[in-house]
Amino acid sequence: MSEVHTLSDVVDHGRIAVCCGSGGVGKTTTAAIIAIEGARRGRRAVVVTIDPAKRLANALGLDGLTNEPRVIDPERWDPDNDRVQGGELSAMMLDTKSTFDGLVTRYAESEEQAQRILANNFYRNISGALSGTQEYMAMEKLHELYEDGGFDLIVVDTPPSRHALDFLDAPERLLRLLNNPIFRVLMVPARTGLRIAGAAVQAFIRTVSRVVGAAVVDDIVAFFRSFEGMEEGFRTRAARVVEILKQPETRFVLVTSPRRDAIEEARFFAERIGDHDLSVDALIVNRVHPRFGEEIAVGLRARADTLRELSAPTRTEREARDRLAARYRNLAEFNDIAERERANIETVRVRTRSAAVAYVPYLAHDVHDFHALAEVGEILFGGDTAAGTVTGGE
Amino acid sequence: MELAHFCSTSRVVIVAGKGGVGKTTVTATLATAAARAGMSVLIVEVEGKSGLPTAFGRPALGYEEQELAPKIRGRTLTPDAALRDWLEHNGLKRISKRLVQTGALDVIATAVPGMKDILVLGKVKSLEQERSADLIVVDAPAAGHAITFLTSAHGLLDAVTVGPVRKQAKDVVELLSDPERCQVLLVTLPEETPVNEVIDTAFTIEDRVGVKLGPVVVNGCYDDLPLDAAAATAAAAKADAALLDVFVSDREAADLAAAAAFRAERAAIQRAQADRLAERLPLPQIRLPFVFGAELGVPEIGTLADAFTTGIELL
Repeated sequence: MSEVHTLSDVVDHGRIAVCCGSGGVGKTTTAAIIAIEGARRGRRAVVVTIDPAKRLANALGLDGLTNEPRVIDPERWDPDNDRVQGGELSAMMLDTKSTFDGLVTRYAESEEQAQRILANNFYRNISGALSGTQEYMAMEKLHELYEDGGFDLIVVDTPPSRHALDFLDAPERLLRLLNNPIFRVLMVPARTGLRIAGAAVQAFIRTVSRVVGAAVVDDIVAFFRSFEGMEEGFRTRAARVVEILKQPETRFVLVTSPRRDAIEEARFFAERIGDHDLSVDALIVNRVHPRFGEEIAVGLRARADTLRELSAPTRTEREARDRLAARYRNLAEFNDIAERERANIETVRVRTRSAAVAYVPYLAHDVHDFHALAEVGEILFGGDTAAGTVTGGE
Repeated sequence: MELAHFCSTSRVVIVAGKGGVGKTTVTATLATAAARAGMSVLIVEVEGKSGLPTAFGRPALGYEEQELAPKIRGRTLTPDAALRDWLEHNGLKRISKRLVQTGALDVIATAVPGMKDILVLGKVKSLEQERSADLIVVDAPAAGHAITFLTSAHGLLDAVTVGPVRKQAKDVVELLSDPERCQVLLVTLPEETPVNEVIDTAFTIEDRVGVKLGPVVVNGCYDDLPLDAAAATAAAAKADAALLDVFVSDREAADLAAAAAFRAERAAIQRAQADRLAERLPLPQIRLPFVFGAELGVPEIGTLADAFTTGIELL
């Protein structure tokens, strides 16, 4: 597919915007800015955050795990009343455990079954665990918000792990603990007729109990017994989420910084998205070093070296020489970084040719109040960003 | 303080900090500085892949120790490998392969939160007791996880009341609580959010882990150019050039000035943040310079080791 994407299009016509990328690149901030722009343009927008920095969370009115969207007073994000009529901004912080509890309650066959699971220690560990569960629940929350209506634009921040997009391939992999074969065998020996395995299985349980304690093993056994029958409901729901993610109104925004490690993660995500015949709609590169002029680093460094060799008999001349050489070395170093950053970014751009691209420069301050969010919003949406054209400077 | 003295304060140094602040760099730097002071060093990498071997010009690390540089060895010690290792030593060798294949290992590790971390730290404790090196430097998992990594022992003592896992947990608590055996070096960047996070992390660790906190390492600090405000202008650049009878075009003078101004501005922001950190967190600081260069390799780590040594001597 080679349609032309623009950031404006994501905000005007997208129903869902999934922000992916590694940790520490400004994903949550970018997600908030996209949602704010949606609200400014008259849409009912919500941003789902995962683990926002405290100050940003405060700005968005999130004093803890809210797990439900809360409307933000327009006075805060639109003090001049510039927004298009009808525009509304909400925010929430994902509570993985509550979301999981909600699913259990929904799919349990009885109140009693639900309570047994919710009280189980092993369940509490899974639902509180970070890897896999959080990614799954982020998508589950997306599903809820999408189906329950009330929002024109749902912007989803994702957990900073490579598993964030596992949903596209194999949602069940995220909850692999629930599908664990050996324990399914343990739990229903009668039904599967694996009586022969009975003795070996009992020996296994005894050995493991000796190592971690019997109480722990009892919890595991009790959990799988209670969870019996619920997998189907989870599976159906997961399939629905995958459908939603593959719809044309779902847009993918890849957020990165020009650092080598963040770029590697961005390439990984771009490939995963491409594997599913989906495309990255926008690539946002945060904290880009400026480039000062066109001179290449190698030439500038040579200049600095030559200067240092200059004979400077007087002290005044020596100081002038040292200053000038230092200036050249400094310019060389920054242009070197800028060159390398752009080369790094290109390795992602080759995989996201149809995406709108925006570079956001290093700012003098962190972005965690509405004023700063508006400032970056201006950079991203000020001109009309079209595919291949780069805002913020090449 | 003398470098040799600092390095022999604790036999195990755990380097911790959020992703992207340069933990791996600091690990390599500390190891290099210690080796120069005559100590034998073992670096333990807890996360599978990292830039550590590259910093020493080597391909990759494995579960077996490898030499990275004279007096410096390195190895990985991932939670999965530690768990498998430990199960084999506790009579589950015969079925440990099946445990891995069927995913039962995952189930057990989830059922006992912190278990994998305990086993990594337990193995570090064994290495420390065997005196496998004068100094063991542990490149800890990234941030939020670093706290659970360090608090895992306490949590586990509540959850598991008997057995070999509990014994491991107790041994780990002993290691962490003894400043002669262990200290934690927190790493941060001189920027607002990382500073806030390292302050939180430090106080949380102090409340919940009881491990000694060493100096905070602030990475990536721009040092100042020999230019004051007046000298950072295009006109000043041209004036210096004229004095030396060297030609600098207007365009180039403007670029030189803009780059100098950018650096000065960033350096000032960084200083303000590092000072704010010093106010809010009563721990000594070691500021390491920003190293311009493609990949951090042996020469860059050498420069940082010099700066680190100077920093320690100033404490």
